[in-house]
Amino acid sequence: MRIKKHPILDFESKEKVSFRFNGKTLHGVKGDTIASALHENGIKQLSESIHLKRPRGFYCAIGNCASCNMVVDGKPNVRTCITPLKEGMIVENQVGKGKV
Amino acid sequence: MIEKNGIAAIELYKQEFPEDENTLLNPKAIIECYKEIPCNPCETSCPFDAIHIGEDINARPRIDFDKCTGCGICAYRCPGLAISIRALDKKSGKAEMKFPYEFIPRPTKGQMINIVDRGGQKLTQGKVLNVIDKPRQNKTALIHVEMDKKYLYDAATVEVII
Amino acid sequence: MQEKEVIIVGAGPAGLMAAYKILEAGAKVTIIDRNRNLGGQLIKQTHKFFGSEKQYASKRGIDIMNILIDNIKAYENHLEILNETSVVGMYKDKVIACLKGDTFFKLKGKTIIVATGASEKSIPFENNDLPGVYAAGAVQTLMNEYGVKPGDKVLMVGSGNIGLIVSYQLLQAGVKVEALVEAAPKISGYLVHASKIQRLGVDIKTSTSIKKAIGKDSVEKVEIWDLDPTWQGIEGSEQTLDVDTVCISVGLAPLTELMQQLGADVRYIKELGGNVPVIDARYQTTVKGVYACGDVVGIEEASSAMVEGKITGLNALEDLGYTVKDSRKALKAYYEELKFLREGPHASKVRSGYLKRGMLT
Repeated sequence: MRIKKHPILDFESKEKVSFRFNGKTLHGVKGDTIASALHENGIKQLSESIHLKRPRGFYCAIGNCASCNMVVDGKPNVRTCITPLKEGMIVENQVGKGKV
Repeated sequence: MIEKNGIAAIELYKQEFPEDENTLLNPKAIIECYKEIPCNPCETSCPFDAIHIGEDINARPRIDFDKCTGCGICAYRCPGLAISIRALDKKSGKAEMKFPYEFIPRPTKGQMINIVDRGGQKLTQGKVLNVIDKPRQNKTALIHVEMDKKYLYDAATVEVII
Repeated sequence: MQEKEVIIVGAGPAGLMAAYKILEAGAKVTIIDRNRNLGGQLIKQTHKFFGSEKQYASKRGIDIMNILIDNIKAYENHLEILNETSVVGMYKDKVIACLKGDTFFKLKGKTIIVATGASEKSIPFENNDLPGVYAAGAVQTLMNEYGVKPGDKVLMVGSGNIGLIVSYQLLQAGVKVEALVEAAPKISGYLVHASKIQRLGVDIKTSTSIKKAIGKDSVEKVEIWDLDPTWQGIEGSEQTLDVDTVCISVGLAPLTELMQQLGADVRYIKELGGNVPVIDARYQTTVKGVYACGDVVGIEEASSAMVEGKITGLNALEDLGYTVKDSRKALKAYYEELKFLREGPHASKVRSGYLKRGMLT
């Protein structure tokens, strides 16, 4: 859910950005990262763990832990928490270590 | 105990009030900064030189109630939001409190509002006399409330519905 | 490969202050940061800072960030900003490998200042890998940088300053904080922060920890329990809380990977957060011409990071051969500022950490 009013910060309405996730079209706004846009759309599971296939989401959200790795426009191991969302991006859950 | 849960007991906070209650017939700053931390905006922002910390900024602030006018500047400058301005009106039987507030929506003048203690428990209903929100306060409003004088010591803030 | 006079890795408070001092003296600076925006963690600090006027006390972190950025932007003609650029390697001959998008390139620095900050730690508990379990800084990033609500009901784990402050910021963002649990018997952060959230209805429970997170695809509930004096969970004391988000705020660890790759000496000092580079009193590492400052040399606050940045900047300038007017006087004053910031009871851990490193405080 987007925070519209905040006692300290100004969140002005920003331009919508559309992207594809697992076959569906979703929207974020200009300035979002892929992870923040997914979270805003209620999507917390970003991939699964490599061996036990447990659901995995982000952890640190600033690019240190690599928990948020997903496949973006065909490229695996993209740290979605620090990758800016761009119009038309194709985002998918990563399964396994990702093929280069 | 404050170190276990952050809630000051009455023995602790009563010490920050003037010994003579009549001092509060004029508004005074009550500083609840119980531990040494490196910080001194209360001292540097007071236009009346009423707060003293000194060269070692870890020292706890000491207030001179004779110099304090209850202007409220320290209350909105304190990064810990640890200062409130309190006063007593013996004629009306009311206590007044001005305290820092950083939530929206702001309470409105004339509104009846729940006043809570330091543990967040409801004490009483009070009336909002004023909401002071000047640009120089940098988004820390001061809410001015009035309540029954028996809550002078125990009142901490107003209930915020999340 | 380009050789730069000064390369600063990390544009947080320490890096920005070092850049400012160096630019002021007329030297050229290349500052690199993996984020789009400069400012490091300051970008999400909506609260007013402590310290003294010299460290911008009573100003909000975000406002301090703008001051620091304005400071360096005044020197645009000898400043190079490489943002959205990750430094992926640092080598013995002071070569830095960078990745910007899909472009890989190398730079060589005459002087390098590493100000990479720190990363959040985690704690083991059942299902701690469930989506919905986030570092407290991550929650702060979502709310304050991207304007996205992290969840509806939160359990905060950890009573250090970050846990206490983020709890307050969650309330400001309209998110309920069901409780804050702290494994130790006492609150570890500033009591004023703790008092602030208690009077707003956030229950702080010490000697309490999270036992497990519960949920199928993400957090739906948690179980917390009391800890005995030996920090073991007490069977039968479990309590279930209805939350959809767990914030872990159990400390930070310096990001020293680049230093290790470079071959600089790194030591494990628990009090400073983990592995820290060995530095001398002038903030130079064991590799000549490479300095480090800010949280990467020891977990503290942004106020000390800023002062360390200034000190490092001036020392680096001296080694580069620049004569800066009143440099000695300024350095003396900065070291004094650090001394006061580190004198109180809250800084006792940092002080013992510095003693262990054998550095003058």
